[in-house]
Formats: sequence, structure tokens, C-alpha cells
Amino acid sequence: MRKQQTMSNIQLKVDQLSKSYTVGSGQVEIIADLTFEVSAGEIVSIVGPSGIGKTTLLKCLTGLQSITSGTALIDGKPIDGPPEEMALVFQEYTRSLMPWLTVEKNVRLPLKHLRLPKAEVEDRVRTALASVGLAQAAERFPWQLSGGMQQRVAIARALAYRPEVLVMDEPFASVDAQTRFELEDLCLKIRDEFGMTILLVTHDIDESVYLSDRVVVLGHRPAIVTRIVDVDLPAPRDQIATRALHEFAELRTEIFELIRAGAIVTEPSEK
Amino acid sequence: MSDAPSTQVIRTQARARRVRGNRPFLMALQIGVPVLLLAAWWFGSLQSTDPYFPPLPDILVQFQKLWLFDKFLSDVVPSIANFAVGYLIAVIAGILLGVLLGLVKPLFWLLDPIVQLVRSIPAVALLPIFIALMGFGNEVRVFAIALASLFPVLISTIDGVRATEPLLLETARSYRLTRWEKLRRVYLPSAAPQMFAGALVSLQVAFIVMITSEMMGAARGIGALTLLAQKSFEVKSMWAGILLLGILGFLANLLFTLVRRRALAWFIGAQKAASAD
Repeated sequence: MRKQQTMSNIQLKVDQLSKSYTVGSGQVEIIADLTFEVSAGEIVSIVGPSGIGKTTLLKCLTGLQSITSGTALIDGKPIDGPPEEMALVFQEYTRSLMPWLTVEKNVRLPLKHLRLPKAEVEDRVRTALASVGLAQAAERFPWQLSGGMQQRVAIARALAYRPEVLVMDEPFASVDAQTRFELEDLCLKIRDEFGMTILLVTHDIDESVYLSDRVVVLGHRPAIVTRIVDVDLPAPRDQIATRALHEFAELRTEIFELIRAGAIVTEPSEK
Repeated sequence: MSDAPSTQVIRTQARARRVRGNRPFLMALQIGVPVLLLAAWWFGSLQSTDPYFPPLPDILVQFQKLWLFDKFLSDVVPSIANFAVGYLIAVIAGILLGVLLGLVKPLFWLLDPIVQLVRSIPAVALLPIFIALMGFGNEVRVFAIALASLFPVLISTIDGVRATEPLLLETARSYRLTRWEKLRRVYLPSAAPQMFAGALVSLQVAFIVMITSEMMGAARGIGALTLLAQKSFEVKSMWAGILLLGILGFLANLLFTLVRRRALAWFIGAQKAASAD
């Protein structure tokens, strides 16, 4: 039901996006003619061999880096700087939280310039901290928390900002396996609770299958979309039951093969 | 997802407890060593007939006579005022200029050679020129103190601002923080530990220049009185002056440490947490 309703509602549209860097005297093309769409309320993962340009793609989509050619649209508007409809969660939580601010003040920081009523700010901060299970840790400093808790603070900060699209760059790569499961389920919960669209880059194939409605597989250099895999696993997803499904194994095999086939074998060609 | 503290927190707390357990001993050491040294000075100098090393009790009598409170208002207070005003000007100007040079690259390239040139000339060496230009008033001493102690805080502020974690800046950009918010909430706190390190060096420099500036053509001030005492062979007064300088220097450092501990509580805590592992 949700899917049918949302498939028509395209929130993020990437059309023939290319990104090149000037290196020495030449141009190195990292990404070539990428095209895909993300609908409202969807969770979409981007996977691919390491070094393929996943992070570069995210930086283009979040407006932190310029696009060389093609377009990226959010709600139909071109992305030419960090869009206010987006929030970004990085892999390195220790370096993306302000160590001089308490958990609560970290979450509150991006809200200040939105000029919201005071009560709404308080409500957003409280709701965000509660939904990541950190209501009790509001007055602590990030460095007093474990890695998983710190990443939950980063997620809470994004939640309080109430973006339409939550973008995450390998968000769970630096936490231990149990914490990762916990955070993956948090991710699914957020989508259901807040109706957020989530786009995440991951190098973990199982994670991409477990979380996503669709998986965008990148490959080759310059990077192209080798395939967009639909993940039709039943909801609600469950760490044990979902991962034990036969379809789960099939999907991970399919994606694994795609990634292997798309690995960069040649040296980057300069144009 | 429980809210139980992680073991890291517990480890940090355990370590803090251990340190607290040692505290009485450390404090006894902190107070005991200076007391012992003073006692050694007191008893060692009691029988002294050397005109340059009078007995400590005699120095203390002179100390009381001079500074408590005969010359206090006329000489000690002006010295401290010069020192405080000059130092505060240096810290404020150093931070403002440092942030500007740290953030605006063209300005840095333009001004860095000048900064390097001026800072390598000891301000004390320039004092005769300042005096020629500005006269013997208090302004020249405040100016010399401010100029000399500007550079440590300026240079460490530039470094601190430039060393701001790039990921924090990307975070600030992606959340569309305003320029002012970036400055106030990211650059300044991030550079604060370095600023304080520079300001501590500036504090010593300001103190030295306070004394030396008074030794050139000043009629009043702790430095002037101490130099006068030395020139007129009033050895006890000279020692009393040195003693006062020692006490003032100690108090200035103490005050600085207290301010730093308050302002950088997060930094000190984070360092402790990191070293608990």
C-alpha cells in the first residue's frame, strides 16, 4: 500500500549526473551519467566496490560538492548547495559531534537558525532524543558516551532537524556488530515514525538488503549504475527472521555478484 | 537500547575516583614542598652576614614595611593595572586578529610575513623607541606589554582556527549554520584550547615586560622600586621586591588556571576520558 502510494511521489531525482575532478593537467571522471530516483518514504541503499565514488556521489547529492554535469533535484528543485530538506549523518560520529556541547545542545544547534517557536524547538529535541533512546543522556557530553550512543546522537540531531530526506554515509561502519543491528532497526523505526526518506551508502551488502526497499549498485570507473535491485522482503523486517529468508540470501548473492563484476580492474583513465 | 552507562563511562569514573583518592597526598605535596623550601631559606639565612643575602626574617620585615601598605597604592596597583590592561588588550586583539587571519587566507598571506618579522624583535628592545615616541607615561608601558604579549596568543589562535576539524565544518555547512553560528559554535570553541595555550605564554611575556618596562625611566612601579633599591644598595628592599614579583606571578598563574578550567571544562574532560582507555 505504502509503496504504491509513494512510487508516484518522486522526492530525489538524479539525472545523468557526472562528477569529474581536475587532477594535474587532466580531468578524472569519477561518476558518469548516473540516473536513479528515490520516492518519498523509501529507504534506498547505494552499494558498490570500495573506491567507486559512493561518498563523492553523496557529497554531490547533499550539495557539499558541485556537480560537473547532469542534474540532481530534490522536490523538483536543483541541488546547488546544502538543501534545507536534507540532513546528513557521517560515518565518523566522533568527529561530527561538537565535543564542547552536551548531547542536547548538539541536537539543538542546527535548529537555532530555523527561527522556530521555543516550545517547538524543545519538543523536537526531546522527541528526537527519546526516539533514539537517549533521553537520559541529554546532559552528557559526546565523549562520555560509547560509539553506538554517539552515532545515535548524530541521528537524533538529524531527526530534530526534520528533514524530508535523511542521507547517511556508511553510518554504521564504525560500530560493533550488535550496535549495528540496533542502529539498523532504529533506521527502520525512524522511517515508519517520521515518514522520512532515507538514502544511505553502505559497504555492507547484508545491511543494504535488510534495510532497503531498493538497492542501487554502482560499478566500474567512471561509476555507473550497474543495476537497481528491488528488495521485496516482507515488512516488518526482523534481524533474525528476515535474514533467515531464502529471498534474503538470493538478493545478497545477486548484489554480491554485481559488485564483484563491477569492481575496478583497470587504472583510472584520464581524459 | 538501554540508557545504562557504557563501560567507557564507568572506566572514566573509576579513574577519576582513583585520582581523587590520591588527591590529599598530592595536595600535601603541593603545599609541603614550597613550605619546606621557605623553611630552608628562613633557617639557612638566619645567621647570614653576607650583605647580598640578608636573613629572610629581615626581608619579610622590609616586605611588610614597603608593600603592606605604604607603597601599595602608589606603586603596586599601577603596575598591576598596566599589566592587566596590556594583557587584556593583547588577548582580545590576538583572538580577533587571529580568527581573521585564520579564516581569511589572502589576509594571512598578506600579513604573516609582517607578523613573523615584528614578533622576532623583542618588545623590550623596542622600548627606547616607544619611549621616544610616546614619552615616559603609563601608555608606553601598557603599549609595550600589549605588543609583546600579542604574538603568542595571535599565532596560536591562527593555528587553532585553521586546525578546525573539517568534518565539523561539513556538518555545519550541511545544516546550513549561519556564518556567525559557525564562528561562535564551531571555530571559536574548536580553537579555544590552542588560544588558552597561547594566552598562557602571553601571560609570562606580559609579566616580564611589565617589570622591564618599569626599569626604564619609570619613577613608580614594582620594577622601578626594585631597581632603585638595587642601585642604592638597599638589598633588603630589593629582595622584598623580588618576593612580591614572585607572589604576583604565582597569583596571575593561579587566576589563569581557574579561568581555563572553567572555560575548557569540556576539553579537560575529553582528555581525561581519552586517557582512561
